[in-house]
Amino acid sequence: MSPAPIQSDVAIIGGGLMGCSAAFFLRQRGLSVTLLETDKVGRQASGTNFGNVRRQGRPIFQLPLANRASAIWRQANELLGSDVEYLPGGHMRITFKDRPENVGVMEDYAAKAREEGLDLEILNGNALRGRFPWLGPDVLAGSYSPLDGHANPRLASPAFARAAERLGARIIEDTKIVHASKSGEDFELVADDSRRFCAPILLVTAGAWAGSICAQFGEPVPLTPRAPTMTVTEPVPYAIAPSVGVMTPDEVETVYFRQVARGNLVLGGSIRAPSFPDEYRAYVMPENTLTQFQHIRRLAPGLAPLSIIRVWSGIEGYTDDSLPVMGASAKVPGLFYAFGFSGSGFQIGPGVGETMAELIATGATDIPLAPYAVSRF
Amino acid sequence: MSGRFQRLAEASRATVAFTVDGGTVAGLEGDTLMVAMLTASHALRDSEFGDGRRSGFCLMGACQDCWVWTVDGERLRACTTVVAPGLSISTHQPEATWPNQS
Amino acid sequence: MAEPVLNPTTSDEPRVIIVGAGPAGVRAAEALVAAGLRPLLIDESRRDGGQIYRRQPEGFTRSYEALYSSEATRARAVHETFERLRPQIDYWPETLLWNVSEGCAWTHCNGEARATPYSALIVCAGATDRLLPIKGWNLAGCYSMGGAQIALKAQACAIGQQVVFLGTGPLLYLVAAQYVKAGANVAAVLDTSPFSGRIRALPKLLALPDLLWAGAKLTLDLMRAGIPVLTGVTPKEIHGSTDGGVTGITVQAGSKSRHFACDAVGMGWHLRPETQIADLTRCEFTFDDVTRQWLAKTDAVGRATTPGVYLAGDGARVLGARGAEVTGELAALAALVDLGHTTDEGRRRALLAQKAKYRRFAEGLAKAFPWPHCLAARVPDEAIVCRCECVTAGTLRASVTETGAVETNRAKAFSRVGMGRCQGRYCGNAAAEIIAATRGQSISSAGRLRGQAPVKPIAIATVKVSS
Repeated sequence: MSPAPIQSDVAIIGGGLMGCSAAFFLRQRGLSVTLLETDKVGRQASGTNFGNVRRQGRPIFQLPLANRASAIWRQANELLGSDVEYLPGGHMRITFKDRPENVGVMEDYAAKAREEGLDLEILNGNALRGRFPWLGPDVLAGSYSPLDGHANPRLASPAFARAAERLGARIIEDTKIVHASKSGEDFELVADDSRRFCAPILLVTAGAWAGSICAQFGEPVPLTPRAPTMTVTEPVPYAIAPSVGVMTPDEVETVYFRQVARGNLVLGGSIRAPSFPDEYRAYVMPENTLTQFQHIRRLAPGLAPLSIIRVWSGIEGYTDDSLPVMGASAKVPGLFYAFGFSGSGFQIGPGVGETMAELIATGATDIPLAPYAVSRF
Repeated sequence: MSGRFQRLAEASRATVAFTVDGGTVAGLEGDTLMVAMLTASHALRDSEFGDGRRSGFCLMGACQDCWVWTVDGERLRACTTVVAPGLSISTHQPEATWPNQS
Repeated sequence: MAEPVLNPTTSDEPRVIIVGAGPAGVRAAEALVAAGLRPLLIDESRRDGGQIYRRQPEGFTRSYEALYSSEATRARAVHETFERLRPQIDYWPETLLWNVSEGCAWTHCNGEARATPYSALIVCAGATDRLLPIKGWNLAGCYSMGGAQIALKAQACAIGQQVVFLGTGPLLYLVAAQYVKAGANVAAVLDTSPFSGRIRALPKLLALPDLLWAGAKLTLDLMRAGIPVLTGVTPKEIHGSTDGGVTGITVQAGSKSRHFACDAVGMGWHLRPETQIADLTRCEFTFDDVTRQWLAKTDAVGRATTPGVYLAGDGARVLGARGAEVTGELAALAALVDLGHTTDEGRRRALLAQKAKYRRFAEGLAKAFPWPHCLAARVPDEAIVCRCECVTAGTLRASVTETGAVETNRAKAFSRVGMGRCQGRYCGNAAAEIIAATRGQSISSAGRLRGQAPVKPIAIATVKVSS
């Protein structure tokens, strides 16, 4: 006879940054929480992404959520009792000279962002290089966000999970949920080893794996699993404060870098590779590492002599419109979603967790969620 | 000779002059950069994380603990690089001041 | 069935690529050439020979006997085979295989990266020293045992004025004896293995009586030269200063603490296979209880679990240089069979019989000179485990006890152990022991550090060129 199911107020499927921070904030609000993770918390998209804590460049309607997250990042170490290496060194978004039309787009974006409380400074040509001398001659203009920054993805989700656990959440790793259904008041979740978990509220934060779960509730969402191209260099003396990225419609040019306090530069971007959620594996394509180099050299030629010492990737779930699915199910009462962050979830992650906890605990939130409705698919 | 490495044989090769941190050093033809440097001094570089000077470890290109810099900022793995006349080597990281090399 | 024709002139035609020009790679190339193929041999070094038969630079004058002692004849044979093959193969020296993806070998040479498709990839990547972290082993003047040997073999140098050799295994005695013979000042030879193990291992070591005798003679030579040779020691600390480097070493020998003044320490506990390329080709791995290491899975002839990938030499399993010649040829024969060639079955059986003998001898060595895993598990908290990132044993243990790392990749994510330039080559074995001991679980449960590209660092300046 199988043991009695584990019962809680809220069950969460998926231990990435969204799930772990939701577990933390749900406990703060006094709800009992069981978080179920197939592998180890924060090991895929949440643990392998670039680590940008960047508000600028997000859709204007997302800025209230980003601002909420930003406030959490600023106090993360105290909140979590552990260092997530958050470095508020600013964020710089640049455009290359062959895309002069981007300057107007940046100015327009800055005007709208200001109304949402995000101050951006548009810097042109030599003014930009005067302040950031490592930027290359190919850089035409930049939009500087002094209050953004970056943090360590390897540490953030596990830190939220441990903090949630200290507040009484059950964090259960190595547990793959193979069946999810609702009977009566409760959702029933069954693991591949037949363990069962029951809760009147279910939050799905399963990233690239969420598709099959929402399909079981009649709300299929097409997700494309992709793998970011990530790289780290040897350590060099710490001198570059902001996280820097290229604004361009061309994926191959979309590169970015940041320097961690120990000195290594983390490089990201250029073409993403396919990834394999069923095998739990993502691979960096060597070709993409080399195109990343090419555009990093345009961005900051002084980086060229640095050696890279490691590349990595992870599994990210992309929706067709690159916006997440976030909010309540349109069909099943008690069911909530927060997945499909399409490679842009790290900064807003803690804000997502707090917002979902608020929504679940109070039934409402001031954060605009309409653009993320599951019903759009 | 006041270096860390001691030559035991093959010492009658032609000398190769190069500089390390501005001072002239005489290696021998066929020396690796590591041997040319360590027969004249005791270390190659600083550990990045404050535990002192480093002098390489594996001599076979595996441990990556013998990287030095040319004055132009290029990296050389001292154990797999052959010393060449006129090389100008720094045992300290050039990025301390992040020159804009554009 | 028609033999597939590999056209050497069109480089985008998939072809057989051999990685590593040591004894395994050279014998693999020889077998492929004999079958009418023109393999591409890629090697990181300037010259052929690998580490064990590494050739001294042009213009050096020492004899084969001086360089390779009892293995001089074999070294010469491997070098001569390479010279003979040279016009019949494509040879890319000073070329790093930095990644493998979708049937292409990605190489790096002189700042240029290129992709070369392969029909078979024979990986003869060799081995590096297995290290036990000792407090102070990060000081300038500490070298791996293999490094100490290369200083002498390839450059005619000793690593210091007064050298202590510490570790266990045949290389400990071989390198110390070579140093003495070359006129270096050896202060002591310190073996962590008790002498009794050698007696127990005799039945297996008798698989290769001439090597057993050569090994025993090394110890006698050292003792005759008046070098202190201590067995069963427990290393305590390598002393010195952050600026000046090593000044001495203390070990526990029986009930006594022994101190030896020195300015250099050569250290090593057998070898560990270089498995990064196998990992990048997505081969499956298996834990080997005899050596307490993870090895890429192969069948008897060296086929890995990934189709088209073959492993040979010490990179597959450490069987020594003689074993590498055998497994190199075996892997080439396996690749030939898979490419539709007919091979000599009798030759294959004879090679397998030789391999079994080398395997038995290697098991004897592992027994005679055991990896002191209990010492690894007890490395003091303040000692640095990961030299690249300066991660101490205490920090590593905290990643287990405080942040819940259950295996090495998780411990790496939390503590940075194995995250540096060498990618865990020199700390990975000991780190796994520390993690396993801290958790009170078996070493195999601590897993292994996954290999990640690039196999060695490459510069951001690297540009892609077409083949």
